[in-house]
Amino acid sequence: MKKLGRFYAGLMYLLLYAPILVMVLYSFNAKKSTSTLSFSYGAEKYTFGHWYREVFASGGALIPLRNSLILALLTAFISMVMGTLAAYALYKLRLKYVKRVITSVTNIPMMNPDIVTGLSMMLLFATTFYVMGAGGTGFATLLIAHVTFCLPYVILSIMPRLRQMDKNLPEAAMDLGCTPIQSFFMVQLPFLAPAVLSGFVMAFTLSLDDYVVSLFTSGPSFETLPIYVYNMARRSVPPSIYAISTLFLVLVLGLLILSNTMQSRLEKKISSHSERTQKNQ
Amino acid sequence: MKRILSLFVACVMLAGMCLVFAGCGGSQDKYASLEKIDTPYKGTKLYVYNWGEYISDGQDDSYDLVKVFETIYGIDVSYTTYSSNEEMYAKLSSGAANYDIVIPSDYMIARLIEEGLIQKINYANIPNYANINSAYKTGQYYDMNGEGGATEYSVPYSVGMIGVVYNTKYVSEADAAEQSWGLLWNGNYRGKILNFNNSRDAFGVAMFYKGLDVNSTDEAVWNQAYEALMEQKPLLKGLVMDEIFEEMEGGNAYVGTYYAGDCITMMENNEDLAFYYPKEGTNLFVDACCITKNAQNVGAAELFINFLLDERWATENALYICYASPNDKVINSEEYKEALGDDYYSILYDVPEQYKNSDGSYNTSIACYYYNLDADTKAILSSLWDRVK
Repeated sequence: MKKLGRFYAGLMYLLLYAPILVMVLYSFNAKKSTSTLSFSYGAEKYTFGHWYREVFASGGALIPLRNSLILALLTAFISMVMGTLAAYALYKLRLKYVKRVITSVTNIPMMNPDIVTGLSMMLLFATTFYVMGAGGTGFATLLIAHVTFCLPYVILSIMPRLRQMDKNLPEAAMDLGCTPIQSFFMVQLPFLAPAVLSGFVMAFTLSLDDYVVSLFTSGPSFETLPIYVYNMARRSVPPSIYAISTLFLVLVLGLLILSNTMQSRLEKKISSHSERTQKNQ
Repeated sequence: MKRILSLFVACVMLAGMCLVFAGCGGSQDKYASLEKIDTPYKGTKLYVYNWGEYISDGQDDSYDLVKVFETIYGIDVSYTTYSSNEEMYAKLSSGAANYDIVIPSDYMIARLIEEGLIQKINYANIPNYANINSAYKTGQYYDMNGEGGATEYSVPYSVGMIGVVYNTKYVSEADAAEQSWGLLWNGNYRGKILNFNNSRDAFGVAMFYKGLDVNSTDEAVWNQAYEALMEQKPLLKGLVMDEIFEEMEGGNAYVGTYYAGDCITMMENNEDLAFYYPKEGTNLFVDACCITKNAQNVGAAELFINFLLDERWATENALYICYASPNDKVINSEEYKEALGDDYYSILYDVPEQYKNSDGSYNTSIACYYYNLDADTKAILSSLWDRVK
């Protein structure tokens, strides 16, 4: 029975990761073909790592990659700050009814299909530019759109942590001489840190791989990687795309590992700290 | 252990980021030697919106044309891409995005002119327009209201036709020698035939085969094409777009139809493949540069179009894109012919005699453009297409 379970798990992992593995393999292809895979670098036209060098040799794909990273980092940072504040405000709200309504409203961008979010955003921007008589979509509009659909995820990841927090914690801090602001930054925020961090990572990855919303809200000056890759695949997919996707994958994977280790360390720190205080009592 | 691991990961990521950001400035040498030209547009910004993978971008030791233009003229180009005419149209007509140059296909140009989304081009500012082959300067249905049927709004960028690609290992010489669309209806290759997975092209193929008018508004004509497609259906391996590269290169399918330039790419990867233009006729398409109505930087846009028509850069671009060029300087360039190879050159430029009129222009009753169909015909097409699929 146990064996069967392991076999099942193994199969599932294989199904989950086989496509990614195949893509990574193709990024080292010695041929410029999507149908045959060859690693005999001597016999074929291309040498080991050719497609990676190609990525860096041609300016084409690097600019969208850089754009995507800048956008994702900024989106994640802004959503993190706004999300934390919003979650905290929601937590502090006393009126149950109002609280529920506001929570549902903030969840709308998350429930909405991407295409609706994208289209309505585009309409909003077009109308705004029309009224203003100037302006056009670009980096700013993309950023606004991305923050909009990332925000609910950040709030959602922070809310449960807030509910876990001992209600007496801020009061205790203030009893010991903290101002309310100090109590937030020195006592409550450190407690929330793991959730805030996971919100950040969530927003980062969501922003990084968004295609639909970006399609409608991007402008002539700023193209993100998913859009670039999709448009490239219109004809045959050049293997340098696999190379770029692999680089992308490594980057995201690295970020995930980093955030996980940081998170577990933060949590350990908090729990050991509270144990110690309990002992002291 | 964990600390070391996370430090390691952080280092790797940092190195990766540095590479990405540094890479953008790398490998400049090739461009440093370019002669710079001073114009009043130096230091301005130009917004270009083109099809994906449709300009030489520095891969395979080619030149990155956008970078070349930026280096020569000192104009900052913001280059973004789209994957279909309709996507481009949606962006342009929303009015939220400001582009200077777009490069749509023929029928879309007609629509953009009709809706006033692009402006007339002052050809006097584009001296290299003289390089364009005369076959593309007049009588282009999408843009022919100028004097003597001349174009007013567009400068051809790249042209193409669809044809039949087949595997010589499996298709008999006698069948191929007929040079007919009939090869896609040949029962000997049952289960090994591919047709387009988009309605306009798939119906087009059937209509050329049956000698029907591809721009007909008559429902009966479309029904005939539908009958032909249903007749072909049991013989098909499938309806494909991009997948045709894999199917043909891997020898899984024996007969297919696709854009000539892309068939060359397939032939490069599989020596057994061969290509012909069917005698019954085929679809001709033109993608052309247009300047948008609201362009903020018309002068730089003209410079850019002129630059694309320059012999050296147009040749570079044509070799990269692998579609036929409308540029005489490219067509007659020995260098280009040599780099492309005689076989491939003849595929792109030596079209069957009946495709051309005596004066060298296209016989548009055989080498047909697809017109933009009216709403009723579109509805007929899409309902028939649903039944085919």
